[in-house]
Amino acid sequence: MRFDTSPAPHVIAGYSVPRVMFQVLLALVPVAVVQVVVLGPGLLLQVAVASVTALVCEALALRWRQRPSLPTLRDGSVLVTAVLLASSVTPLLPWWLTVLGTAFAVLLGKHAFGGLGQNPFNPAMVGYAILLVSFPAEMTRWPVPFGVDDSHGWGELARLTLTSFYGGAVDPAWDGYTGATALDSIRNGLEQRYTMAELLARGEVVGTLGARGFEWINFAALAGGLYLMARGIVRWQIPAAVLAGLLLPALVAHALDPGAYLGPLTHAFAGATMLGAFFIATDPVSAATSDRGRLWYGAGIGLLVWVIRTWGGYPDGFAFAVLLMNVAVPLLDRYTVPRIYGRARD
Amino acid sequence: MTTRNEFPSGLVLDAHKQPVAAEPILDVAPPARLRFALDQGSGVVLEPAVAVGDVVAIGSVIARPSDDFGAVLHASASGRVIAIESHDATNDDGGPCIVVENDGRDTPDPALPRGPIDYTALDPATLVDRLREAGIAGLGGAGFPTATKLATARARSARRLLLNGAECEPWICCDDALMRAEADDVVLGGRVLMRALEAESCVIAIEDDKPAAIDALRAAAQSAADTITVEIVPAVYPQGAERQLVTAVFGVEVPARGLPADVGVTCQNVATAAAVARWARSGVPLVTRVVTVTGSGVSRPLNVRARFGTPLATLVEAAGGYRGEPLRLIAGGNMTGRALATDEVGLTKSINTLFVATHQDLAARLAAVEVACIRCGNCADVCPAGLLPQEIHRTALARDADGAVRFGVWDCIDCGCCDYVCPSQIPLALRFREAREWLRERDRAAARAAVARTRHERRERRLQEAVAAEQRAFDVARQQARGESAPTDPGTAT
Amino acid sequence: MNVEAVWLACAVAAALAAVCGIALGLAASRLPPATNRLVEQIDALLPQTQCGQCQFPGCRPYAEAIARGEAEIDRCPPGGETTVRALAALLDRPARPVDPAYGTTQGLRVAVIDEERCIGCARCLPACPVDAIVGAHRYMHTVLAEQCTGCELCVAPCPVDCIAMRPVTVAAAARWTRAA
Repeated sequence: MRFDTSPAPHVIAGYSVPRVMFQVLLALVPVAVVQVVVLGPGLLLQVAVASVTALVCEALALRWRQRPSLPTLRDGSVLVTAVLLASSVTPLLPWWLTVLGTAFAVLLGKHAFGGLGQNPFNPAMVGYAILLVSFPAEMTRWPVPFGVDDSHGWGELARLTLTSFYGGAVDPAWDGYTGATALDSIRNGLEQRYTMAELLARGEVVGTLGARGFEWINFAALAGGLYLMARGIVRWQIPAAVLAGLLLPALVAHALDPGAYLGPLTHAFAGATMLGAFFIATDPVSAATSDRGRLWYGAGIGLLVWVIRTWGGYPDGFAFAVLLMNVAVPLLDRYTVPRIYGRARD
Repeated sequence: MTTRNEFPSGLVLDAHKQPVAAEPILDVAPPARLRFALDQGSGVVLEPAVAVGDVVAIGSVIARPSDDFGAVLHASASGRVIAIESHDATNDDGGPCIVVENDGRDTPDPALPRGPIDYTALDPATLVDRLREAGIAGLGGAGFPTATKLATARARSARRLLLNGAECEPWICCDDALMRAEADDVVLGGRVLMRALEAESCVIAIEDDKPAAIDALRAAAQSAADTITVEIVPAVYPQGAERQLVTAVFGVEVPARGLPADVGVTCQNVATAAAVARWARSGVPLVTRVVTVTGSGVSRPLNVRARFGTPLATLVEAAGGYRGEPLRLIAGGNMTGRALATDEVGLTKSINTLFVATHQDLAARLAAVEVACIRCGNCADVCPAGLLPQEIHRTALARDADGAVRFGVWDCIDCGCCDYVCPSQIPLALRFREAREWLRERDRAAARAAVARTRHERRERRLQEAVAAEQRAFDVARQQARGESAPTDPGTAT
Repeated sequence: MNVEAVWLACAVAAALAAVCGIALGLAASRLPPATNRLVEQIDALLPQTQCGQCQFPGCRPYAEAIARGEAEIDRCPPGGETTVRALAALLDRPARPVDPAYGTTQGLRVAVIDEERCIGCARCLPACPVDAIVGAHRYMHTVLAEQCTGCELCVAPCPVDCIAMRPVTVAAAARWTRAA
């Protein structure tokens, strides 16, 4: 009897990129649910627009690059990029900016470098950074979280979202429903010589644990991130290092001068902290690849986020921190190669 | 050298072993015709020591190695050599083989010693030579001659013997069955090997998922408990890889590019030890081995003892024949085994398992679609050599030789763990084999270039010297000619 | 204008200059000096076929020409893509395919003399750049296969066309190491 031959190993576990990406999307569900509750239904629109744009851009890019499109479209990686970008931007973002950001993310962030696995930068953050520097006003206008003041309900949030999403002029009567995020208003307040105590006392800024409203989104992201860790898709090094890099300086600074620096708890549950630590910084393609490298990489991101939040010109620094550390990855990879069995450390 | 209690990571795989290992080992009746491959799996092609028409008996030497890296091969049945095929037509691997027609009489070779060998009376060096003549080779799958390994270990004064009963690869259970059924032989073999090595201690390492084998060996080793001990190691693939086992048992790492002997250890498979014991008890060289015949593609998976040269098809028949639609015939386990092109080849010393795989076993591999590496690091998590396979892959793909070597392409033990967990379904182990082949080719080319450069430079120098010598001779001749004709005015004459 | 700011700017610039200067100085003293070993480095990457297909009389002259910037790196068919890549990496030039004008890349081949037809004219002997043909006038010649670089320079001088180029098959020694 004759047989076909094939190289060893003859069995594999059958893990696949689509399955990994699906798990990531699944872990983002709690974030989406909480954000819709707290900030209105904008996220759903953003996700829809970003996903469609991402798929179209990916298909076009593959076509231009003369690569087979089906396996890549099916792997779900571009959807993760789209959903991460959509979850990072304000739900009030006009749809055409979402399209623009996603297109930049996929075409410039991913395919300009050779597609899946080749991009040195986190594609979602490329798109986010381009939007943030080009359209700072639109990008920093967030809805006032539901429940922060009694003047508006979820219905108003929804109507506001729709109007803003279609790019229409927002009724001046709704001015009270939009505003800067907690991190933003604290920085602005400090610039206007308010004291930290005064700012915190305003109530609409800091809630039970962190930034009012955003604390719950961060909790959801933390839950999703822990799920990914339990599934072995995210390793502990990057999230732990990001949080350590952000919270330790925050703790020290806050202890030295509570009037000038936000406390670590507020940092941990404000802005994009948890989403960034567990979902954005952990993008394996653009992160450092050894365990030790991941620690340095994450710590660098955390520290940069704290620096940007504290002294920078932008409300939240995740995109820039991640992109900056992406640049450092080849260096980290070079100097954090683990010791090989049977060899002395060199 | 650094110490570490465990090798890094590895895989916990579904073993698929227990029911088969508990069953008795079935003796396979000798076939009418035996095919002895001249490459018994160690990569050395032996020189035939017989001619067509020669009469052979059990234990007659039929082929010898030309160096120390092959083991002497003996006939496993009596009969006549009917063919020596330079290229075995049934074998896509292209190996030559000796075909023996079995006369069914099982006559032993008269030159063999009768009865047991008093190994305690032999001096250790002689004992090593006798083991070499007995054709003992590593039965764990490498087929490397035991005597050569022992000689190396003696030269480096490696005084600790490690008997490898880990048997970490899924589906393989021939060692498990052997340890249960012939524990006394394993211990006896350990004693003989200790004598040959002048070893101080002997550790038999067994994975913790084989309690019956552990019990059997503990009982058998009781009388020698001071020197022979049974050590339990966790059931993790590839626990049975030599270096990894040395680390698990002794807590030291075998240096890269070094041997276990460099840390004072000699590793032998338990099946090899049992084979040594058989020889010591009977004086008959190595002519049989235990093979696991298993996989979803055989009717009744079991362990068999068969003579070398027995066609693999006969072994499958002993296991109830093929079942379903067998897609691959794998010599060895499903992680590292070699897929054979035909079942007509004869059993060799290095085939410890016949794994007949059906779609059920191979589904994920057959359906695999390779996509780009996403640097997830799953491979690095499981690599027992502590490598970053994703980086080797990247550098090998870019044909960056220095990078691939720096990231340890030569330290890869080809266990396949990285393949197993790769979500991009990249055949990493294969890529690394190809990279090593490419590096070897590159080194060969570099060596050739170096020789060519030297020869060319020498030639150029020689030719220049010849021209210069001619010029000098010409100058001298001219000088002389002038000296005779115009001695007073050498400067103006041209 | 704020005088303080001017001083500060000057101080920062001076500090930067000092730091960079120290760093450069350290680098210069620690890192190996950039000697003119370029020719050797290039020559080491060439296959040493000495075939002259690059239109230079041997590998070293070609290496010297590359080092002087007088020749492109795509002129070596025996080295093929591997050599061009290596040269490109060394010289920081873009890699490109071998210029077909200089020949096509083939696997290693060696010259074989058909001893039936060799008339012992010895014309091939001086043609060989590595002295890999042995023989003497009126005696049959033979090629040392181990030393032959496959340059083909001996083929043309042979008056009876008894030299053929044969591909070398390197025994693929792909062995499978095994665990347990």
